[in-house]
Order: sequence, then C-alpha cells, then structure tokens
Amino acid sequence: MLHLILFLFFGAICVAGAINLLAQSHPINSALSLIVVMAALAAEYLLLGAEFVAAVQVIVYAGAIMVLFVITIMLLNAGKEEHTKGSRVAILLGVPGVITGAVLVAWTLLFRGHTSSVTIGAEPGSPQAIARLLFHDFLLPFEVTSVLILIAIMGAVVLASRPEAVAHRPAKSDHKELPELVASGKEH
Amino acid sequence: MSITTFIIISIIKSVAVIGVLLTAVAYSVWLERKVSAHIQNRWGPTRVGPFGLLQPLADGAKFIFKEDLTQPHVYKPLYIAAPMIALVFAITSISVIPFGNWVNLGPWGTYLQITDLNIGLLVVLGITSMGVYGVALAGWASNNKYSLLGGLRASAQMISYEVSLGLSLVGVLIVSGSMSLRDIVDYQGGVFWHFIPRWNIFHGQTLAFFIYLISAYAETNRTPFDLPEAESELVAGYHTEYSAMKFAMFFMAEYANMVTVACLATLLFLGGWHGPIFGPPILQAVMPVVWFCLKVFFFMFLYVWVRWTLPRFRYDQLMAFGWKVLLPLAVLNIVVTALIVAWRA
Repeated sequence: MLHLILFLFFGAICVAGAINLLAQSHPINSALSLIVVMAALAAEYLLLGAEFVAAVQVIVYAGAIMVLFVITIMLLNAGKEEHTKGSRVAILLGVPGVITGAVLVAWTLLFRGHTSSVTIGAEPGSPQAIARLLFHDFLLPFEVTSVLILIAIMGAVVLASRPEAVAHRPAKSDHKELPELVASGKEH
Repeated sequence: MSITTFIIISIIKSVAVIGVLLTAVAYSVWLERKVSAHIQNRWGPTRVGPFGLLQPLADGAKFIFKEDLTQPHVYKPLYIAAPMIALVFAITSISVIPFGNWVNLGPWGTYLQITDLNIGLLVVLGITSMGVYGVALAGWASNNKYSLLGGLRASAQMISYEVSLGLSLVGVLIVSGSMSLRDIVDYQGGVFWHFIPRWNIFHGQTLAFFIYLISAYAETNRTPFDLPEAESELVAGYHTEYSAMKFAMFFMAEYANMVTVACLATLLFLGGWHGPIFGPPILQAVMPVVWFCLKVFFFMFLYVWVRWTLPRFRYDQLMAFGWKVLLPLAVLNIVVTALIVAWRA
C-alpha cells in the first residue's frame, strides 16, 4: 500500500516536473525541472526493484549529462525566452492527436494487452544480474554499442576542432626562433 | 521487528548520525584553524574555552547574527536555493555509511548504519554527483563574473575528477565482489603474512588508494585543487556574493563532503572498523567504532596538512593531470586487478 502511494507520488512529481519544464520561460529553470524529472524517474525505478538502474540514472543522467546542460546554459548566458501563442496548426491537429493517442494506448493496455502483473524483484534488477546480462548473454551487442559511442566521440572531436586553425597555420619560415632574432639584431 | 520499532530506531539513528556529523563538521573547522596556525608558527583560536574548543559555537553564533545580504542583481530563487542544495546533498550521503558492527540494545539490535543498501557505494557517488548543482547554480545565480567563473571551474573540475574517482573504486569492487559498503569492509577482515592487516590499501589496491585520495581532494575543492575559490584571482569564487548563514551553509557542505570522502576512504581502503580488539567486553564493543573514528580523523588531518603545505595548481595543469595522468592510471589499475582476479579464479 505504502509502495503504491510512493509510486504514485513520484509519478506525479515526474509529470509535474515535465509540465514545468515546458511552462518555464527561463532555460535554467527548464533544465532544473528536467533534473527533477530524472530524479523522480530514478525513484520509480528504485520502487520497481531496479536499484542498479536507479543509481545509474542518477549518476549518469541527473548527475553528469544535466551538469553539461546547465554549464552550457550558464556559458551562453541564455536569457528569458518569449512565449508565443504557438501555431494554429499545432493546436488544431496536435491537441486532438495527443488525446486520441492517449485514449488508444489506454484502451489497448486495459482491454487488448495480454499484460499480467509481475512481483517486484522478479525481473533482473540487481547489479549481479545486470552484469551477467551485459557481459555474458549480450556481450557482442554491448561491445558494438561501445564502439559506436567511441565513433560518436571521435566525430564530435573532429566536428568541434576548427579546420581553419589547422589549415592557416603560419609557415615555419615566418617564425624566427629567438636565437636567430638575437643573431640578426647583432648583424644590423 | 514491527514497522513502528523500525521507524523509531531509524529516526533515532538518523538524528544521532546527523548530530555527530554536524559536530564533526564544526570541529573540523576548529582543527583546520588550529593545525594551520601551528604550521605557520601561530597559536590559532585560544580565547573561547580551553584550547579554543568552544570556538565553533562562537563562529556559529556569529554567522547567525550577521546581516544576511541579498544583492539586488542576483537571480533570487536560485540564489537562495543553491546553498540549500549544496548542504542537503552533502549531508544525505552519510546515510549509507556504516560505522561499526551489529549492536544489541536490549530486545532489539541494529547495525551502526542508517541503512544498508546493496548498492551503497553507487548511492554515495550519485548523491555527491548531485552536489555539483549547488556550486554551479550559486555561481550563476549570483550574476557576478567572479562567481560565474568559480562555478564553471568547480563544475568542470568536479565532473572531470569524478571519472577517475569512480574508476579508482572499480578495483576494490572487483576484489570484494560487492557494492554494499558493509560487505566491502567485511571482506577486509583478518591478516596476511601473520601481521599485515588485509586492508585493501595493503592488499593490491595501493595505486587505487592514491588515485582516490587525489581525486577526492579535487572533488571537495580543497587545496591544491581549490581553483573554484582561488582568492588571488576570483575574490572568493562561487560564494563571493554570499554572507551570514548562506555562506555558512556552503562552508558546512564543504566540510561535510570532506567527512564523507574520509569515511569512504576508510571503508574502502583502510578496512573500516577493523583493528586490534582487546580488553573487557564493554571496551571490545566500543573499539570498532573508535578505530573507525581514528582512521577518519587521520584523513581529516591529512586534508588540513596538505592544504597548508602545497600551493595551488594552475588550471591547465589541473585538467591535464586529471585526464592525462589519473585517468590512464585508474584504467591500468582496473585492467591489472581484473587480470589477477581472473588468473586466480
């Protein structure tokens, strides 16, 4: 019972944070709302018995990635955004679309899905179980993913490096070493 | 144990642990002032109480009665929230730290720990990684270039050294095979070669210990890594615009983080509460906690000693050292430890 109350409580925090993320006009408030969403999601994972995923969610998403978001906003010193009314097409098509989608998903889950309840802890959630899955059962996909991430990192480095700084490096002859300068000064 | 007793015992433990932690924080400030004074051939605080022992209380009273300035140019909500964020996360991480073994209190018994989790180490890492926001937001919300620079430096430094800090712990996790801090300490009991304690620092994780120690100094923004508040260039860094209790909260957060990091070092590398146990039964019951406190005190003293001995790094040296020296060494430690464990198995 307490479990269900806590689950609903963190779910409500999660949704409230997500709505606040959209409603806030200042980017840093939106980023902080996103952190709240991430942390609330971690609490939900913890309540579902996936403690390792919860810890990683906090360390990686709420801790590391969102810090980069916040640093970027701080560095750019992004100011307040202006709220516009939004396009009429988005309101006319988007709102009915979202409602239809939500109703469809709820209907499928309630009447058509062959879902059954699972007791907490029945699915692998402990660090040992996840390590066995990652490094034993799914070793190849895991390694391929890490190579993919490495490629992405190298791509980011290549894109971020300024090509003109490499191309227009002054030729060596333009620079005189200090002893040469001193020597040429002596000659004059 | 019924749910009521569980809640009552948990509340008692939480209050006791937080009380001890805050007292430890206050007296680490006293220790810092006293040791720094003796290093510089001065006396330090001597007026309030014997040996200046009541100085922390006087400091606290002073902080409370100071005028709490809020500059007109700050972004108020975050300016007020930032010190709270820093302090809350600094104090929360103590909740999974074990101090000693099982104790019996009449009909009930409890571990000397607020809660034992099987991912205890990850919880500490997660909570400390959230502590960056306090510093970063303080720098930004102050709307002051020195504060902003300090906040940026702090967050860049903390996320850089968090990598080596986390990786230096992997070796310990490999040999002990658990992420529960209690299991890690239990693994370090006993001796080898008849006299050397089987603590991780003597048992293969020496390199990891020094990587951890250096990264921990950087994580807590202490000299020689105190670039975020380098007073010779940034006035006071991220807390330039803070005064009274708001400043004191940053101060307490820094010392609480130091205590947590020292506790973690004790648990992971120095065998936690293991040590020679002798004497009458009542003494035997208390000894483990005494050993734990002595080891933590040793780390706190080391912190102060290093601060008043070493000069500050330059910023590029700090980043180069973190990424080009500590990180490869930490990875090397993991590879070698893993190979040895695999070879033995």
